[in-house]
Amino acid sequence: MYKIESKNVDFFYGASQALKNINIAFKPNTVTALIGPSGCGKSTYLRLFNRMNDLIDNTKIGGQILIDGEDIYAKGVNVDSLRKKVGMVFQKPNPFPKTIFENVAYGLRVNGITDKKFIEERVETSIKQVVLWDEVKDKLKKSAFELSGGQQQRLCIARALAIQPSVILMDEPTSALDPISTAKVEELIYELKAKYTIVIVTHNMQQAGRVSDTTAFLYMGELIEYGNTKTIFTNPKIERTQNYITGRFG
Amino acid sequence: MEAPDENKLAKRKKRNQFIAFGILKLLSYSIVAILVIILSFIIYKGIGVISWDFITQMPEEGMTKGGIYPAIIGTLCLVGGSMIFAFPIGVLAAIYMNEYVKDGIIKKIIKQMTNNLAGIPSIVFGLFGMSLFVNKLGFGDSILAGSLTLGLLALPVVIRTTEEALKAVDNTFRHASIGLGASKWETTSRVVLPIAFPNIITGLILSIGRVSGETAPILFTVAAYFLPKLPTSIFDQAMALPYHLYVISTSGTNIEESRPIAYGTALVLIIIVLIANLLANGLRKYFGNKVKMN
Repeated sequence: MYKIESKNVDFFYGASQALKNINIAFKPNTVTALIGPSGCGKSTYLRLFNRMNDLIDNTKIGGQILIDGEDIYAKGVNVDSLRKKVGMVFQKPNPFPKTIFENVAYGLRVNGITDKKFIEERVETSIKQVVLWDEVKDKLKKSAFELSGGQQQRLCIARALAIQPSVILMDEPTSALDPISTAKVEELIYELKAKYTIVIVTHNMQQAGRVSDTTAFLYMGELIEYGNTKTIFTNPKIERTQNYITGRFG
Repeated sequence: MEAPDENKLAKRKKRNQFIAFGILKLLSYSIVAILVIILSFIIYKGIGVISWDFITQMPEEGMTKGGIYPAIIGTLCLVGGSMIFAFPIGVLAAIYMNEYVKDGIIKKIIKQMTNNLAGIPSIVFGLFGMSLFVNKLGFGDSILAGSLTLGLLALPVVIRTTEEALKAVDNTFRHASIGLGASKWETTSRVVLPIAFPNIITGLILSIGRVSGETAPILFTVAAYFLPKLPTSIFDQAMALPYHLYVISTSGTNIEESRPIAYGTALVLIIIVLIANLLANGLRKYFGNKVKMN
């Protein structure tokens, strides 16, 4: 059983086609890296899985995306529940201008949870999951802006984990971070794999190599190659993939 | 072609820079100078008549003596009343336009209309207010009619500054919230508005400044020529500072004798606007800090 299945997915911004007939099946508890040059459609593709592209006017999707076997673009799908199941971490750390505690509690609150004890426990668990607890446990009531960029990004991951998703989408989660913070986030991704299915967009080839099990290479809206990360990186079937990975273009 | 002499080039660059910055400097300082001149002129002329009695007593002897208490109260009522009307409607309209309406022809039309509304001369607002609020709706010459008219005038300012404030909120906050399963309204009310609020206050400041000094819109809707008592309800007429200033400068009983009072009135008006600005600035700072702490 696959966690996410993308069947003949097309995507249009107005008249221009951003994704062409993409077929990928994502196994549960794996990390999949989406790589490709800027503008290849990898972020657009990622944002289809939690229907984030719905926010952009004048777009159209073709084909099917199934999560846990259900078509998430079918009529009558509750988008808010879908987004509860599919968490997202963004390119720049974007904690809300609230306290550290409230940042993590936010997702619970908007999903109707009011039990104070439950929220406190869940916040603590989530922050512990991202290995941030020791650094912030004494300043939960302080603004999240007081944290460093790396800490903020881990807090944003905790925020996504708090509502217990089963899929986590990461859109270049370390592109704004220094090498040490990047290493911490990568380590975290590796650990989170045990409980979640992770799809990560990255421009960093080494990162893709380090954290992912499978890799998809997109170019000009098309899926050029998809497979085991090791195979893609050491023995790609298609020349263009090899050229991209070795830095000859892109 | 001969290469330019390095020294000469450097000198010329320096000179051009000196001239350019000199002009810019002169222009910006002259703006400050104009403001300082106006202010010091008003203060110089008006400070003499300002006293506790001046701001707490009724006008006397055909408005050539006594205070301007009812005009102060009248202006405060009108500013407050117009804000009660314009602020919520303006903010909600801006939220709707910025967060809900899709880009397209309807949004363009609403936007253009708002801009046009801002361009209508204030005397036209006065005329409209008179025919709608005073006559048609039967409020008569009253604080209610005046506040509503001034509120209409302030509306585009509030809408535009609120829109700017909302636009300044990075989309990534909206996406993060929606990505957690929050609805659009939850996102707007719990994330976007708190971030934008300090800047929304700026709109309030600007519109208070605009409203408190307007004469034309209150001319036919509320302002009393001479009314030595305080309003007791929103259906009463009231005196107002800008109109009082106009009256004693053009059609008072003795224009020469009431001249000092005119300057005093102008000074009080300026001080009220200044206090409103300082207050709103303080509020903005307070909420700005609160946003970070929350």
